[in-house]
Amino acid sequence: MTTTSGSRSSHPPIRADAVPARVVARGLGVRHPSRRAWAVSGVDLVVEPGERILLTGASGAGKSTLLAALAGILDAEGTEVAGELAVDGAAPRAARSRLGLLAQDPDSQLVMTRAGDDVAFGLENAGLPPEEIWPRVDEALAAVGFPYGRDRPTQALSGGEKQRLVLAGALARRPGLLLLDEPTAQLDPGGAALVRAAVARSTADRSATVVVVDHDAQPWLPLVDRVVEVVPDGLVEHPPGWQPAPRAAGLTLPAAADGPVLLAARAAGFTYRGSPVPALAPTTTVLRAGRALAVTGPNGSGKSTLALLLAGLRAPTSGRVVASAALTGTVRNGADEPHRWRAGELVSRIGTVFQHPEQQFLTGRLRDELALGPLRSGEQAAAARATADALLERLGLTAFADANPFTLSGGQQRRLSVATALATAPRVLVLDEPTFGQDTGTWRELVTLLAEQRAAGCAVAVVTHDVDLVDVLADDRLSPAQP
Amino acid sequence: MTASLSLGPVPGAALGRINPVAQLGAMAVVTLVLLTSLDVVTPAVVVAAELCLLPAAGLTDLRDLWRRTWPLALGAGSVGVVNVLLSDEATLVTGVGLGLRVVGLALPGVLLVATTDPVRLADALTIHWRVSTRFAFGALAALRLVPLLVAEFESVRLARRTRGVEAGRNPVARARLLAGIAFTLLVGAVRRGSRLATAMDARGFDSGVPRTNARGSRLHRRDAAFVAGAVVVCGVAVTLSVLTGAWSPIFVG
Repeated sequence: MTTTSGSRSSHPPIRADAVPARVVARGLGVRHPSRRAWAVSGVDLVVEPGERILLTGASGAGKSTLLAALAGILDAEGTEVAGELAVDGAAPRAARSRLGLLAQDPDSQLVMTRAGDDVAFGLENAGLPPEEIWPRVDEALAAVGFPYGRDRPTQALSGGEKQRLVLAGALARRPGLLLLDEPTAQLDPGGAALVRAAVARSTADRSATVVVVDHDAQPWLPLVDRVVEVVPDGLVEHPPGWQPAPRAAGLTLPAAADGPVLLAARAAGFTYRGSPVPALAPTTTVLRAGRALAVTGPNGSGKSTLALLLAGLRAPTSGRVVASAALTGTVRNGADEPHRWRAGELVSRIGTVFQHPEQQFLTGRLRDELALGPLRSGEQAAAARATADALLERLGLTAFADANPFTLSGGQQRRLSVATALATAPRVLVLDEPTFGQDTGTWRELVTLLAEQRAAGCAVAVVTHDVDLVDVLADDRLSPAQP
Repeated sequence: MTASLSLGPVPGAALGRINPVAQLGAMAVVTLVLLTSLDVVTPAVVVAAELCLLPAAGLTDLRDLWRRTWPLALGAGSVGVVNVLLSDEATLVTGVGLGLRVVGLALPGVLLVATTDPVRLADALTIHWRVSTRFAFGALAALRLVPLLVAEFESVRLARRTRGVEAGRNPVARARLLAGIAFTLLVGAVRRGSRLATAMDARGFDSGVPRTNARGSRLHRRDAAFVAGAVVVCGVAVTLSVLTGAWSPIFVG
């Protein structure tokens, strides 16, 4: 290891020989294969060398398409492109060696098993001689504030650390244009702040032009020079000092009621087999009808594990999770512990929404997806279909009734996964990070939907990092003790 | 989530100092000899020699060893048993010999996985054997996605329970459920794979520029000695086999 902590705190200007790129778009439009509507159209934009700009907009507005066009990674076959787009006067595809990209998913951007090797990967690809590679690797790691040495196994990194490592891998190539595609959407607030700080610090010398794409504009405002919003027929540039409207502005929610206890965790804890430390320390809490419980706290405190226990998906390895008689009703084996219920019994009693909606989709059509739960819990086909249609109407997804759930946008998938849980009218709802990566529109819809369920006598438990969500919805709060 | 599938290299194993291509070379020698001999003495000697290498591969903890080799032990056992039961001529000795052959063929692979960082393997293959970097580093990237798949299997199974779908004790329902989970995992893997390909593309992978290698991969005298050692062990095994009269090469029948 040649890097010392001393050289990290006073890192040298990392890309002394890098020249920032100029981006010009005129009348740009992109239409995806077999779609009638243009994903983006009428885009006129000039980004001067060294500028840092934010492209924002609702989900589905075409931000990601625009970024893919800039990166030169549009699916070439069948994609129609109108107008012109140039990076330093060349087509983006031809300017790829001048490009750095940081995308959303921390798990699908790393190639090597050790941190230093991963940063070196892009330099090896550029054909740099080995003796020039390692100094650049150390510089890049220092510039993003990577807290470990080169030998750190990439598997052992947190999501935020992985994202900083990917950023280092991009910067080491000294790109003229750095593209960031919602790089913090899958991180907890602490990790996200560190990634933004790393971006700010490593591009402070303006040796790269930076384009950030994010629907959540607020946290990027201190960092960028301009904010441009993608709207259906082009771009709107916001004036300096612009602030997005707060997500919860003007939102009025039906109030909580105070009902009986439906589900209780009694010193419930969980330890994975063979693991020396518990994933969840013994935790005691209750879910009441008509109230919402927010489970918060840092990553690794066992929040998601608690959700799995409350949802009857795992059996606690210590303590108990007990359902009240009102929730249990009649189950075949008479058990009052949800994990011992059959799936068909569970689905009409406790509805669960996972962090990744696509993991819960089982059919090829939205209507079938919504009817599945009711059918499984023993409803007749006609009744299940009526339930499904009512929910489609309610969520404004009727037009997509025959579409495949996997083809929906992220926000639509999230709404669908919540709707599938509601389809069986469960009295308890357990949701893991339901608002992760959602734009303001979807956020408000979700919050309203949950508050309505609560007012109707549902007990709601949300595991979340989302401070706004906790503010507007939580009646009770719980932070599991660090195991 | 769980650490149960951390079957990567054991850090600091002595055998890790042998270049991966030398290990592959030795593996080729052993494979050739074991595939052409049908007796019990040859594989017994080879397996004994391989077992001696376990400490050098850092595999001294019996529990860890079992975690890495139980599918192999199961396979070898069933090959032996099936052959003894189903063949008219096969004796117990032939059965044991066949089982030992399976062990002898597979143990070098266990040793390689236990001592080699996959990145070093890719380095060695591309530098010494001119394997295409596109293939070697592409495969390496894909390999990284496997542990994710294992973690995801569990969450997809739980996700099905939330939708009211589980197999219970019915084996047909169980098979259908597994097929469904496999399909969901496949869809996820393809999506993640294409995101990874984009990320590699954005870092100039396979862009036509000749690729350099920052770590390098050197062959030492000890690597030649290792391959020679494999040849010697195989020679001793065959000699002992011939001397004891057990030798029965495959091409004589």
